Amino acid sequence: MKRTTILLSALLLAAPAAADEFTEADLKRWQAEFQTVVKRGRAAFTDPKLGSNGVVCAQCHPNAANTHPETYPKFQKQLGRVAELWEMVNWCIQNPLEGEPLAADDPRMIALQAYINWERRGAKLAPGKH
Amino acid sequence: MNTLSRRSFLKRGAGAAIGGLLPLSLVEVAFADKRRNFTFAYISDSHIQHIKGNQFVRNWDRGLIRAVAETNLMDPKPDFVMYGGDLAQLGTKAELDHGLELLGALRPHTRFVMGEHDYYLDLGEYWSKLLGPQYYSFDHKGVHFVVLNSILTYDKWINKWSTPEERMNVMAGLDNPLGSPFMVGAKQRAWLKQDLAKVSKDTPVVVFSHSPLQKIYKGWNFWTEDAEQVQALLKPFKQVTVFYGHVHQIQYNQIGNISFYSAMATAWPWPYPATYNQKPSHLPKLTVEMNRADPFFERDATGWQFIDVWSGRATVHYSLPENTPRTVAYNPKTRRPEDTRYQKKRIPPQKHY
Repeated sequence: MKRTTILLSALLLAAPAAADEFTEADLKRWQAEFQTVVKRGRAAFTDPKLGSNGVVCAQCHPNAANTHPETYPKFQKQLGRVAELWEMVNWCIQNPLEGEPLAADDPRMIALQAYINWERRGAKLAPGKH
Repeated sequence: MNTLSRRSFLKRGAGAAIGGLLPLSLVEVAFADKRRNFTFAYISDSHIQHIKGNQFVRNWDRGLIRAVAETNLMDPKPDFVMYGGDLAQLGTKAELDHGLELLGALRPHTRFVMGEHDYYLDLGEYWSKLLGPQYYSFDHKGVHFVVLNSILTYDKWINKWSTPEERMNVMAGLDNPLGSPFMVGAKQRAWLKQDLAKVSKDTPVVVFSHSPLQKIYKGWNFWTEDAEQVQALLKPFKQVTVFYGHVHQIQYNQIGNISFYSAMATAWPWPYPATYNQKPSHLPKLTVEMNRADPFFERDATGWQFIDVWSGRATVHYSLPENTPRTVAYNPKTRRPEDTRYQKKRIPPQKHY
């Protein structure tokens, strides 16, 4: 209890000056957090249990190639409207993988997108492009 | 050169009914003396995938079933069928049995090339039990055909896994960094040298391998480790053509006297290695790529090809499910394979994305 009080008062005192500051250690931690999710994404991307028939995303998309995360949102013929990447991921889960769609904020969906974007890092943003 | 329309191979009526959708290859071997011409069909990469019990992934099943159906409708009837490897996805008895059952409907005699998905569970044991030798040669109407098992790898890698399933799963992942490069190997190269020793240098030689006998992109095993050594054995021959599967896309190339043509898969298409922007790849500069920007149709690029080999050289007709067919022919003037319509403009031929 005493420890918490001390910590809290220290934070209160430091708050105004430290609002926008972050350290090397912070950067490392955030990067590590991101890479952990990328790794989970790669695991989901190669998980035969993501769908129902054992087919995995990586079967058609080695290294997440041909996913073009930089082109979203864009018109998807399959969906008949402008859609985000996660909606297209669900199309793949439901069709080639014959599985159940994931919620937009499902940790697996976020991980899949983290992995896909990581593999495509460096590509120029090109929303709407086909 | 023969300019064959794909439809001319289909029996009237039946061909029109099934449309231009089936993934396989028909190869015509043509000679100056047209009476010597013949055709054969080429189907590859079906990746039959077992779910459980009697369930298989229907998408992959359908691709192979359609290829078989169209092969049976070919007119003239192909002399034989070559299956280019990766009949199974994870090399199980169930997958090989089911795949062969689907191929059993083929009327022409079928020969087989070993793919890594057929091999790395039991190191080809069940495949060989059903289909015989993993490398062999035969002569047909003046052409010497050679089939190689090009998907072998280092013993050290083969023996490092705790179970055969683990080994198979790693090799089945195209982009799995724990995989290992493919090779023909010293034993088979010695056999090839001996086999070719008795063949006249004027005889057209056609080689089938699963992986490309050239180095394109190691990360996805679009690669054969000892490709140069195999090419050296083929160098003394005037006309050499190599057909390979594995890459699930149109590729063609010319290296010295050797023309290379890839086959499309019946299962699913693959992006070109350059679309993975983290690593350099070496797709043959000659190849005019398929337009694969964003295929809406998941079976796009799972077309089929028929190939005329005239005077020992090939003309490959690629038929795509929802796109304009392409013809890649050996051009005697430039001495290399060229797309007959798109080579000069170097534009992607398909309108369908």
